[in-house]
Amino acid sequence: MASQLRLRSALALVTGAGSGIGRAISVRLAAEGAAVAACDLDGAAAQDTVRLLGSPGSEDGAPRGKHAAFQADVSQGPAARRLLEEVQACFSRPPSVVVSCAGITRDEFLLHMSEEDWDRVIAVNLKGTFLVTQAAAQALVSSGGRGSIINISSIIGKVGNIGQTNYASSKAGVIGLTQTAARELGRHGIRCNSVLPGFIATPMTQKMPEKVKDKVTAMIPLGHMGDPEDVADVVAFLASEDSGYITGASVEVSGGLFM
Amino acid sequence: MDKVCAVFGGSRGIGRAVAQLMAQKGYRLAIVSRNLEVAKVTAGELGGNHLAFRCDVAKEQDVQSTFQEMEKHLGPVNFLVNAAGINRDSLLVRTKTEDMISQLHTNLLGSMLTCKAAMKTMIQQGGSIVNVGSIIGLKGNVGQSAYSATKGGLVGFSRSLAKEVARKKIRVNVVAPGFIRTDMTRHLKEEHFKKNIPLGRFGETLEVAHAVVFLLESPYITGHVLIVDGGLQLTV
Repeated sequence: MASQLRLRSALALVTGAGSGIGRAISVRLAAEGAAVAACDLDGAAAQDTVRLLGSPGSEDGAPRGKHAAFQADVSQGPAARRLLEEVQACFSRPPSVVVSCAGITRDEFLLHMSEEDWDRVIAVNLKGTFLVTQAAAQALVSSGGRGSIINISSIIGKVGNIGQTNYASSKAGVIGLTQTAARELGRHGIRCNSVLPGFIATPMTQKMPEKVKDKVTAMIPLGHMGDPEDVADVVAFLASEDSGYITGASVEVSGGLFM
Repeated sequence: MDKVCAVFGGSRGIGRAVAQLMAQKGYRLAIVSRNLEVAKVTAGELGGNHLAFRCDVAKEQDVQSTFQEMEKHLGPVNFLVNAAGINRDSLLVRTKTEDMISQLHTNLLGSMLTCKAAMKTMIQQGGSIVNVGSIIGLKGNVGQSAYSATKGGLVGFSRSLAKEVARKKIRVNVVAPGFIRTDMTRHLKEEHFKKNIPLGRFGETLEVAHAVVFLLESPYITGHVLIVDGGLQLTV
């Protein structure tokens, strides 16, 4: 558990907050003192996440907005923009920490992948990250606030993976998007970084066959899959001022896999 | 029980900031420097019972006896930071071989020797190592070919060691700083360089120290190079 409240005055928007890594990130940011806007395509799952969060800033007793759940399909422009409006209406300010974690897989070998599966993964993982990053940055710049944007990529975006041309492309795209955002937004006091998880025990990796899981685990130098909390640790660091001179970076949380 | 952290190059600059942060977090520090007097001053400023040691990391005998002394007076060293570094900047055609060798010895060989000496304890008990590299080691720079070679070499060394000892629960990572306000960059005009830095300024030693401490304590990160440069790597 967090030993310090590094995010006392922060409002954090987390997409994909209804499960896995996004849920662990929401819990961790709340534990560090942030108010959390938890968003998921599955609104009920987002609400479940919010129920897991303690009340923000309870230690010094200062009154702050409670956490809130939001439902949105971030791959749709109007929905992503409406999400930012709703969050601002709810908390009376734009989020200063923005974590794009919403992601899907539709695995198939290149030789057989349908155009539809390609489009869907790119739409959620890459375009969704673009839409949320853009809407959040617009809100932050017009309010004059500083901020930290954290986009969840994947170690697969660095080295590719069999059966994942769509997913690998989307996650490599997230790195390029984030680096460009870092260059454009640095002068506004907004830092942008990507996190590259390796194989983390989540609903996404639970879908993998046992045989594949064993094979992958054997390749990980540290010898085991990671926990969502390991990724949440990294996000909390990047959200806080402890990383005040880090922007445009990619932080790998993979147990050494594909270093 | 105290967790012991040895910081080579801990008397000044980035190493000193790491020592200060680690002391605040409750670790017991070994401040190691070529200059014992300066190391003693830094250790004294930390308060508590931290100790200073003299060591030239370029000398294997020095490194070995320093580890013996540290273990004798502080106990097993499970956290190691290599922040001892020098630079002798000049264009390659004007660089003296002795200046190449001294940079290689202190920046690269020195870190290799301290890591090797630390393995004895860490293989039994696990541990965490952060080597301080440089953005110059990844991207190169005019007038710094030898320095760049030492810092780039440190990355290959650290990744190899990370792979060798991961199963022994030892993690090895690199922090690669950009331009940080230290004695090493004092002669640089910040006005001239900052236009290439997306965050528009040089970094502080404390900001690098936070990254070092983060990696020391991150259980699922190994073999990683964490760049702390205000975005400079994207523009050079």
